[in-house]
Amino acid sequence: MSKLILVLAGILFFAMAQPINGIEIGDKAPDFKLKNIDGREYKFDNIKDANGNEPKGYIVVFTCNTCPYAIANEQRLIDLHNNYAPKGYPVVAIQPNDPAVQPGDSFQAMKENAQEKGFPFLYLLDEGQEIYPKYGATRTPEIFLVDANRILRYHGAIDDSVRDEDGVEQKFVEDAIEAMENGKQPEPSTTKAVGCSIKTA
Amino acid sequence: MNFRISEKIFSNYLSFLIGSFSLLAILACKENKDRGQEDISAELSEESKANRKWPEPSSTMEGIAIYENFEDLEPVFHLENDTTYVINFWATWCKPCIKELPYFEAVDSIYSDKKLKVVLVSLDFPKQIEDKLVPFVREKKLNSKVLVLLDGKYNNWIDKVSEDWSGAIPATYIYKGEQTKLIGTSFENLAQIEKEIKEFL
Repeated sequence: MSKLILVLAGILFFAMAQPINGIEIGDKAPDFKLKNIDGREYKFDNIKDANGNEPKGYIVVFTCNTCPYAIANEQRLIDLHNNYAPKGYPVVAIQPNDPAVQPGDSFQAMKENAQEKGFPFLYLLDEGQEIYPKYGATRTPEIFLVDANRILRYHGAIDDSVRDEDGVEQKFVEDAIEAMENGKQPEPSTTKAVGCSIKTA
Repeated sequence: MNFRISEKIFSNYLSFLIGSFSLLAILACKENKDRGQEDISAELSEESKANRKWPEPSSTMEGIAIYENFEDLEPVFHLENDTTYVINFWATWCKPCIKELPYFEAVDSIYSDKKLKVVLVSLDFPKQIEDKLVPFVREKKLNSKVLVLLDGKYNNWIDKVSEDWSGAIPATYIYKGEQTKLIGTSFENLAQIEKEIKEFL
């Protein structure tokens, strides 16, 4: 009987320790099926790297048109994709804001922004705001680096100076990819940065 | 018989010896412990002395205190007194932050007779302090204490405010002594903030 209580208490403890929403390092990244700015729908299965191969990893980033921090990171995302998509790690940008709340993040505005800035990566709309809560994303920009098995390996900021590119000393995402390439666990595997809260009704 | 007596004396002697040693040991331990406690309390009182003082800013602009590094501002999150501190992280570019500012202003005036202090920590871009933040504070005639934190190495300090904070703004950290709470979402009305504050007053 006491053993049973112990087991139940253990289960309860673990149930409570789990976050209500979102994934942690080592968890499987939730799949999605979202519309890209080119009108096509994408999910993990039909995303390829720059050479048309199955990716070795996916740089999933929740970002948007309107947040000053997201804007400050646009060029860095472009550079990441241009450098790493040929090596098997494409950037997959997902726009999580509800356009009804943030009109500047409408599908049309996404298309225009991507064209203006020349986004070389997928820019998907989280229509209905269903995907970002599954990841536990709270802000833009926010990176979820996922490996070929879709396991979350790194979560957080692009680098240690999100606001100001000139102040970058540590490139978290690049270091994490480097670690994965060498069969190691990224260190740090999670980081934090200030960002705009995701806008939802 | 003789042997028995000597044995008894010996055993008595032995217990006496053991007893005295234990007593000595206990006394020695106690002395160490006392000394240890003395050391700790000495450290504590020095620390708490430091923790009663509002930290000096790196500079000021139109009366707004500017802190370059989080370390400079950190004592504000550990003030040891019976005041409830309501610390809101915001920026002029953050729409939901601006929307909830009037509620914080209202709290600041409604509870002016209580031991409560509202602190609005601006995370505006360093380049926009003079052109955007200062004029904004002037035009809105903000009564609450406004200060600026310029430290862009967010990953180094977000967890020092609260491990519960993702980095998204707005975010509000309320504390009184050891009691703390991080609210990582925006407030929709005054009642929502008051509900949180009442847990502290």
